[in-house]
Amino acid sequence: MDDPMVARVTNHPLYHELKSKRSGFGWWLTLAGMVAYYGFILLVAFNKPLLAQKIGGGVTTVGMPLGVAVIVFTIVITWIYIRRANSEFDSLTDRIIKGVVK
Amino acid sequence: MSFDNQTIRVLAKVLAVSAVTAVGVGAFAAGADLGQAAKQSTNWTAIAMFGIFVAATLAITKWAAAKTKSAADFYTAGGGITGFQNGLAIAGDYMSAASFLGISGLVFANGFDGLIFSIGWLVGWPVITFLMAERLRNLGKFTFADVAGYRFSQTPIRVFAACGSLVVVAFYMIAQMVGAGQLIKLLFGMDYLYAEILVGTIMMVYVLFGGMTATTWVQIIKAVMLLGGATFMALAVLIQFGFSPEAMFSKAVEVHSKKDAIMAPGALIKDPISAISVGMALMFGTAGLPHILMRFFTVPNAKEARKSVGWATTWIGYFYILTFIIGFGAITNLIPNPASYFVGGDVAKGLVGGGNMAAVHLSGAVGGNWFLGFISAVAFATILAVVAGLTLSGASAVSHDLYASVWRHGRVDQAQELRVSKITTVCLGVIAVVLGIAFEKENVAYMVMLAFVIAASANFPVLFMSVLWKGCTTRGAVTGGFVGLITAVTLTIGSASVWEAVMLYPKGSAWFPYNSAAIFSIPAAFITIWLVSLLDRSRRGDEDRAGFPAQQVRSETGIGAAGASGH
Repeated sequence: MDDPMVARVTNHPLYHELKSKRSGFGWWLTLAGMVAYYGFILLVAFNKPLLAQKIGGGVTTVGMPLGVAVIVFTIVITWIYIRRANSEFDSLTDRIIKGVVK
Repeated sequence: MSFDNQTIRVLAKVLAVSAVTAVGVGAFAAGADLGQAAKQSTNWTAIAMFGIFVAATLAITKWAAAKTKSAADFYTAGGGITGFQNGLAIAGDYMSAASFLGISGLVFANGFDGLIFSIGWLVGWPVITFLMAERLRNLGKFTFADVAGYRFSQTPIRVFAACGSLVVVAFYMIAQMVGAGQLIKLLFGMDYLYAEILVGTIMMVYVLFGGMTATTWVQIIKAVMLLGGATFMALAVLIQFGFSPEAMFSKAVEVHSKKDAIMAPGALIKDPISAISVGMALMFGTAGLPHILMRFFTVPNAKEARKSVGWATTWIGYFYILTFIIGFGAITNLIPNPASYFVGGDVAKGLVGGGNMAAVHLSGAVGGNWFLGFISAVAFATILAVVAGLTLSGASAVSHDLYASVWRHGRVDQAQELRVSKITTVCLGVIAVVLGIAFEKENVAYMVMLAFVIAASANFPVLFMSVLWKGCTTRGAVTGGFVGLITAVTLTIGSASVWEAVMLYPKGSAWFPYNSAAIFSIPAAFITIWLVSLLDRSRRGDEDRAGFPAQQVRSETGIGAAGASGH
């Protein structure tokens, strides 16, 4: 890539909007994923009785739905990111490219 | 649903005792130890199923070979794989035989603890999606060194990247090859030696003639078969309980010797530091596995790269929920019937064929002998596909990074580079078979964990810092990468699973007290990269930092990315 092109992109106002929006969103979701996972691991490490608590009168414990919920949550946040990136971020990118490639 | 006891007895005879020893935390990894299986009498149903699979995949290889002409075709299928297809292929790379057999076996033995592991294997994927996937696609061409070394001095970074890739590939491969040999001996009744040569040869044919196109399609077919088979088993189990998990759990608690304890976290996670350390290795190791990273270069653009991780995460998550149900299904179906599935008809003596055979026995219990053959064939196919992917990523590290970039300074034509890839493929195939035979009697369970720890401590930090931190320099990245690599290997050697189980020092003498080095080796790599880059006053360092804006423009927008469509 040539230098004038880099300068044109870095001077484009939407480029900064794209960078900050995308990385902000990415980091927040990363944090959410980490909190869910390490929260679960810390419960396993420090509060086993809570996870072993039975739900209602049955044998199913709190840990079971919670564990499955972490799996489902992981999948859901992944798609949330992809949905926004494939629409909003990509259209921002396209506008930047149209602006600099003349 | 067939509960034909005759079938089961035949099966029980087919699969005799193997001394699978208890494997510690982290060992039930993608290539968990399958133990020293005794050779069984030949299981023709499974072999027939496997023969059909191999015939179909060779036909695909023939088709793919006609399309594989350029280096880009060979390494990345010409960038023509869709996000959905690539998602299945990534899931296929990740759902190895032993993650299927190992995790369901773990659930069978310990219940809830198996779930903790499944979650650990999954949580790395969102991190890859949010921070890496599209940037990898925009910067990369054939190998992850293209990305990590985008603005750096080529020789040192590529030498490091090739070392990191080859070490990870080697450990992962040994575990897969030994696992393959044991599994085939057990399921098919084939000699260990022939099993190794068979895996090595078929895999080489896929890679040599069909390149990435064939490897990807083999992986996709296998992923679909594995997901289909596992879905059938889980449904068969749930139907028995009218789709009520509570009914399934209460039956399991009733029959399992650990009773209520299978419903809660147990002793598998022994201390918080180990738990977090294993979690870190799994979470960040995934983002440093060369054969996974390579898959991001097979899609045409960033949009498809994102979709592929989305699908991969979905399928892998779904698969882990299935293995959990399969594990409980094995408890409820196998334990009430000890004569058919347990050594000497005694539950306390363990499953016939060892703890990792829970899913295989269950497949016979719910689907009869043909379905058992199908699941066995899928397990074998899985290893074959994973080994092919590993070989391809190892071959590209040698031919693209070492030969073309370091040795020839980029002055090389495609035909030459391709020839070197193919020679390397043959060498790697032979090495894989030799190592597989050499390690036959060894306990290789720690090797997959080691592969993950090294990927997380060497490849991932370098990739992450070079893409996201403008201050990173060649010197910082290479030093930090090697520090991570050496720390990871050293600490792993000092842990009980190698020091005591492999090197046979007395019990209690291991000087590294945790199950995984990741909690120390990952920060060591990051801090070294940061510090060395910060102190780097060389002219090359200034050039590296000055190159960041151009790299960032490309990684963020895809302008100038190889093969990016529509741009």
